[in-house]
Amino acid sequence: MTGVTRNRPTKRVTSVDRFLTVIRVVMASLIIIGILAFIAQQIDPNNPFARWRNPGARGLTGDQFKGLLISGLSQGSMYGLIALGYSMVYGVLGFINFAHGEVFMVGAMSGFITSDKLHAAGWWESNFLLSLTVVTLIAIVTSTFTAVVTERIAYRPLRNSPRLIPLITSIGVSFFIQNAVMGLLGPATKSYPKLPEWLTKQRSILTFEIAGTKIMVVSVAAVSMAGLWYLVERTKTGRAMRAVAEDKEIAALMGINVNRIIVVTFAIGGTMAGIGGILWGLLFRSVHHMTGFLPGIKAFTAAVVGGIGNMGGAMAGGVALGSAESVAPMVLMEPLGIPGVSQLKDAVAFTVLVLVLLFRPAGLFGERLSQEDRA
Amino acid sequence: MTATLAPSGPSVALDWRRVLLWGGICALSLVSVSLIGLPVGMNKRILIEPVLSLGYLFLLWIPLVFGYVATTVVVLEGVEARKSGRADLLAGLIAGLMGGIGLTLLMVGLDTVNLRKPLVNWSPQLFRLLTFERGLEFGIPVWLGICAVLGLVGAVLHQLPAVARRVMSWVVFGVLAIAILEAVIDDLAEGFHLEWLTDAMYYKKGGTAGLTVTSAVVLALVFAALPLVTRGRVKAAVGRYRNVAAEDRQRSSLVIFGAIAVACLGLPMVLGGIVNELLANVGLFLLLALGLNIVVGLAGLLDLGYVAFFAVGGYTTSVLTSSNSPFFAPEWHFGIALLFVVVMAAVAGLVIGAPVIRMRGDYLAIVTLGFGEIVRLLFLSDWLKPYFGGSQGITKVNPVDLGPFKVQGSDPRSVFYLVLVFCALAIYVSWRLQGSRLGRAWMATREDEQVAEAMGINTVNAKLAAFVVGATMAAFSGAVLAAKVGSVFPKSFEILVSIIILVVVIVGGMGNIAGVIVGSLVLIGILGGPRQPGLLQEFQSYKLLIYGALLVFMMLKRPEGLVPSARRTRELHQDEYLQDAWLGDDAESEGDQGAPS
Repeated sequence: MTGVTRNRPTKRVTSVDRFLTVIRVVMASLIIIGILAFIAQQIDPNNPFARWRNPGARGLTGDQFKGLLISGLSQGSMYGLIALGYSMVYGVLGFINFAHGEVFMVGAMSGFITSDKLHAAGWWESNFLLSLTVVTLIAIVTSTFTAVVTERIAYRPLRNSPRLIPLITSIGVSFFIQNAVMGLLGPATKSYPKLPEWLTKQRSILTFEIAGTKIMVVSVAAVSMAGLWYLVERTKTGRAMRAVAEDKEIAALMGINVNRIIVVTFAIGGTMAGIGGILWGLLFRSVHHMTGFLPGIKAFTAAVVGGIGNMGGAMAGGVALGSAESVAPMVLMEPLGIPGVSQLKDAVAFTVLVLVLLFRPAGLFGERLSQEDRA
Repeated sequence: MTATLAPSGPSVALDWRRVLLWGGICALSLVSVSLIGLPVGMNKRILIEPVLSLGYLFLLWIPLVFGYVATTVVVLEGVEARKSGRADLLAGLIAGLMGGIGLTLLMVGLDTVNLRKPLVNWSPQLFRLLTFERGLEFGIPVWLGICAVLGLVGAVLHQLPAVARRVMSWVVFGVLAIAILEAVIDDLAEGFHLEWLTDAMYYKKGGTAGLTVTSAVVLALVFAALPLVTRGRVKAAVGRYRNVAAEDRQRSSLVIFGAIAVACLGLPMVLGGIVNELLANVGLFLLLALGLNIVVGLAGLLDLGYVAFFAVGGYTTSVLTSSNSPFFAPEWHFGIALLFVVVMAAVAGLVIGAPVIRMRGDYLAIVTLGFGEIVRLLFLSDWLKPYFGGSQGITKVNPVDLGPFKVQGSDPRSVFYLVLVFCALAIYVSWRLQGSRLGRAWMATREDEQVAEAMGINTVNAKLAAFVVGATMAAFSGAVLAAKVGSVFPKSFEILVSIIILVVVIVGGMGNIAGVIVGSLVLIGILGGPRQPGLLQEFQSYKLLIYGALLVFMMLKRPEGLVPSARRTRELHQDEYLQDAWLGDDAESEGDQGAPS
């Protein structure tokens, strides 16, 4: 009798499970066929397997493939920077801060305003490094301020409410910030001033031809990540943050000021988003009020891919998502004979999210959440 | 003895920190509202002819509210509340005055520096609006005065007797409502041949031009008299209606239902094209909101990709009824297409629902959002262009041919009737489902999934059913949209739609049909849908800002919505209920202890 009762809840296979298995199998086989077709096309564009779905198969040259990887890597490291904010807030408060993409956008916007002013004053050209420092500092300050203010106004009063309530609130905050920025600065797309030649020119590293800006993006992201790792793992504040993430009440009993730690968490997330915003501005040189929306959702996807609450995972997830987004259309979808693949770039990111949650709900590197959040 | 002669009750010193904080926030909000462009953008909409425009209204309510908030007395359980006294009036005055100082600084800034480059609204128009076109010398003292007085009024509100407060709110909201609803009232008056009334009321020169001062005063008097005359009789009547026996109640319910039905069927006949168009839009979004209400409100699944089902409905109808569909154009009748709409919606509901059903609530939200985007991107892509027309969409969707008359976009009245049929159906279905076994299973799942499972509810099936029912309603709405507009484009199915419907459901009251109806009437009717203009067309560019702010405000202050559902309220304020119960227990046990001694 006991055996029956013990086994029932785990062994019950419903039609939903069967359906999900079918989806898993179909998706996995599509991916495998796509990769096989890609390999076939790389070996010889004229073989029947490559021609099967995509008669116009030409195959990618090595340089094209490297280019895809590099742009995926630089884009992905920005996703990673934003994802850190999602991951940390989720780890500490257990809700998705939907407005985090907007914090990123505000950073990029304030960076635009400052750099534009500096450009008008002629300093952007004459003293680039100093201006860049000023621009970055201002962007970080604005982003951090935005993140902290939203926490104070919108999230703190809701700390003990059902978990969907802060999520819905953050959607409202997100729309509010987007449209307030649109009202303040106008709906037009804004262009960052031109970067100096020595920064943007192509450099050759290990046979990879990389634009200087991309090198900068990746290295800045790596440095920020290292700094954050040091902060969280090696300092007292970091230990307090981990304690709060594990259990707020016990942390408070241990003499940790929970409110302060939560504010610090938001501030750090804001800082990372500010850096990400500046990098975005320098890389794509254009921002507008909706810039934060899609990167925000994708960064959340990256956080989930890496395992939410796990900071190294967030960065790795960002890079994985960025690469998947830039590589998958050419490597998986074109060999499967889907035309106009570049339009489906955003769809790839969301499909990755669905796939990760179907195959490995805890993310690639596992979640680091407290027990209550996993329920 | 001297202590009792103190001027006003317990004299509490002015809490300077708090007053300065709220005053600063007041100034900041006034300046940012001005710079976001609300006053200038809405200045064209006059509410009361030479005195008040919507633009100015957006500035005026700020010092009033902050004056009120800055002087709110915090009431704690078990501690005697502080009486508000003269210091509070001063606090309100200062808070308002600081707002005025903020505006003064803005005006001086506008006059001296040019920040037009990043701030698009740093413009001469704003300066002219703020100074009433009479220069700084006039603008500064006037704004300081207005803000201080409004702050003071806000503070005074706490100390007025309840009757006076009720009268004031009736006057303010009544007059504003009449002014805002000008287009509808105008239209109604025309239908009933009462033009003389509106001619007298409104200053009619060049489009909508607001109330005249005299009619505003008259209306204010009428609205002031209303609460004094009725004196809670309405409330009493509602209470009596709630308390009457089941059979009597059924009879009066029938009467009320009949009245509503007659109004819904009859009103469009006397209304003009614009208002009917508005009502048709309201109906479309009401249908969507009713569906989302089942998914979010009853089953507690935050579906942010709800627009996907809307798109599925629209595209299914278009493909099946359009003569211009690129791949397969059978040009069927709308009614036959509807059958396929139901089937496709159910399939979409199952396909999107099944993978997400086991996820945590917030993951579900993001994944459904992803699905919503995927669906839109697929309809937009070159890949499916041979089937769905890509970004050009599908045009030439046939109007609904119902024998004697046709439902098409050029005749908004017919669209309204079509929508009405679907809405009535959806309301009936939601109402019946709410109390049914399935509805109770949804609510149990929403409140605690594990407990629900332990009670023998198959939560997976219940959630899937919620997805399918919600999807069907959204798909119907999409079908009507296709017939109404005569075409579908991927652009009509952006994520924005999901969010706006979510706002409608939340503002109205999650899990409550009446709330959802009120929410869509107020929000879609006045502010407008994602692409459809509402009654206040001036809001068009600030709509999303207001929706966002409204969502945050409702979540913070009234998460149960305007028309709350009893069960949902209890759930959201669980802490307070538990505390009350605990206090109640305490009192009882004290009583028990007291009795034997």
